[in-house]
Amino acid sequence: MNLYEQQASNRRRTWLIMFAFIAFLFLLGLGFDLFFLGSTVGFVPIGSLIALGVGSISAAFSYFTGDRAVLLATSARPIEELEATADEGERLKIRQLQNVVDEMAIAAGLPRPRVYVVPDPDPNAFATGRGPDHASLAVTRGLLDTLDREELQGVVAHEMSHIRNLDVRVMTIVAALVGAVALLSDWARRGMMWGGGGRRSDDDERGGGGAASIIFFVVWIVAILLAPIVAQMLAMMVSRKREYLADASGAELTRNPMGLARALEKIESAAAPTEMIKQGSAHLCIADPLGRSMNLKEGSWSDLFASHPPMAARIQALKAMAFQGEPHV
Amino acid sequence: MFVLVFLGIIVALVVWVIASYNGLVGLRNQVQNGWRQIDVQLKRRHDLIPNLVNAVRGSMDFERDTLTAVMEARAKALTATGPADAAQKEGQLSQALGRLIAVAENYPTLKSNDNVRMLQEELTGTENKVGFARQFYNDIATKFNTAQQVFPTNIMAGSLGFKPAELFEITDDKERDVPTVDLSRH
Repeated sequence: MNLYEQQASNRRRTWLIMFAFIAFLFLLGLGFDLFFLGSTVGFVPIGSLIALGVGSISAAFSYFTGDRAVLLATSARPIEELEATADEGERLKIRQLQNVVDEMAIAAGLPRPRVYVVPDPDPNAFATGRGPDHASLAVTRGLLDTLDREELQGVVAHEMSHIRNLDVRVMTIVAALVGAVALLSDWARRGMMWGGGGRRSDDDERGGGGAASIIFFVVWIVAILLAPIVAQMLAMMVSRKREYLADASGAELTRNPMGLARALEKIESAAAPTEMIKQGSAHLCIADPLGRSMNLKEGSWSDLFASHPPMAARIQALKAMAFQGEPHV
Repeated sequence: MFVLVFLGIIVALVVWVIASYNGLVGLRNQVQNGWRQIDVQLKRRHDLIPNLVNAVRGSMDFERDTLTAVMEARAKALTATGPADAAQKEGQLSQALGRLIAVAENYPTLKSNDNVRMLQEELTGTENKVGFARQFYNDIATKFNTAQQVFPTNIMAGSLGFKPAELFEITDDKERDVPTVDLSRH
C-alpha cells in the first residue's frame, strides 16, 4: 500500500464509520420511539430526533476539541513553554526535539505540528489532531531522556506518518464517535428504566405487537448493550494495522529503519506502564502505554482487543527493511 | 452515427489533454515548492556558519586551514545558481563542515562547552534539514519527470512547454566520501 492508497482507504473508512454511526443513532432513536413513546397517530419521532441531534453535536464537539482533551488528560506541556524555563543541558534536548520534528516535517512535506512534552518517565509518544494542518505531536520526558538523536528521529517519523496518512483524523473521529455512542447508550439504558411503564401500556394497545416487533426489541437492546464495546474494538482494529504501516512509512521518511528499530527495543525494555496516558488514548501511542500482555502475541483474541501489534514483530519487520533481519530475535 | 462517434473521440481527447495538463501543472508547482524548501534550508545553513566558526575560533587557532576552508566554501555556495551547480557547491560546503566538526571533536574544551554543543546540534539539524528537503525535492521531481515521460503523456508534454526537472544530486565522486560525523552520541 502506498501513501495515496492509505489516504484513500482512510477517507473511505471515515465515511463508512460515519455512516455506521448515523445508522446506529437512527436505530437507537427509532427503538426508543417505538417501545417507550408509542407510535400513535400524529407520530413525531422525538426519540430519533433527540438521538441524532445529541449524537451529532456531541461527536462534532469531541472532534474539534478531541486533541486538546487528550493533551490535557496527559498533562502535556507545549515545548515553547518548557524551553523558556529550561537550563542549559535541558535546552539542548528540547532544541534537538524541535529540530528533529522540523526535519521530519520537511521530509514529509507537511507543516510543522505543535510539539508537546508529557511529564512521564516511561518512553512513549503519540500524535493527535484533525489532519496535517491541525496536528499535535507529544513525546514523554522519558523518551527524550532515553533515546539518542537517530532513535528520536525514528519515533518522530513514525508519528509524522500517522499524521500524513490521515490516521490521526480517523482516530480522532473514532474517539469522538465512541464517546457519543457511550453517552447515548447510557441514556437509552436509563430511559428503559424510566419508561418501563410506557412500554407495557403500548403493548396492550397494539395487542402484543407481533413477533417482528419483539425481535426488533431484542436487537435494539443488544445493540445498546454492545455498542460501546464494538466501537472500542473498531478503534483497536483500525489502530493495529496502522502501526505496521506507520513504521514502514516512517522508515521511508528517515531512510534509516534501524533508528526506529533501536528505539522500539529501548521502549520495549522500559516496560513500565506510562502513568500519564490513560486507557482512552492508548491507541494513539507508539507503544501500548498500559503494557498489556496481549500485545505480545498475535492471534484471534489479541487481534480483537490489543491496540498494538507485538513489538518483536515490528522490530523484526524494520530490521528486514535494513537487510539486517536475524533468524532469532 | 459516424459524426457522433467522431465527436465523442474529440471530446475524450480534449478531456484527456486538459486532465494531463492540469496534473503536470500541479506536479510542477510541487517541484518548485520543493526547491524553495531546499533554498530556505541552505540559507539557514549559510547564516549559521559564521556563528559556528566564531564559537570555535578561539580554541582552534592553529586549525586555521579548516576554518578558512569552511568560510571559502560558504562564500562559493552563496553564488550557486540552479540545482546542479548548487548541489556541487553545497556538497563541498558539507564536506568542509564535516571536517570542522570532526576536528572539533578532538578539543575537550569545545566538546564540554554548552554553547558549542548547541551550535553543533543546530548544525546537525540544518544539515539534516537540507538533506531531507533534498530527498523530498528529488522524490517529487522524479515523479514529475516520470509523469512527463510515460506513454501517452510524453506525446504532448513537450509541446505544452513542460521540461524535465533537474535533480539535486551529488555529481562529484569525492563528495560521496564525506566523513560521517555522528553528533548524537556523546
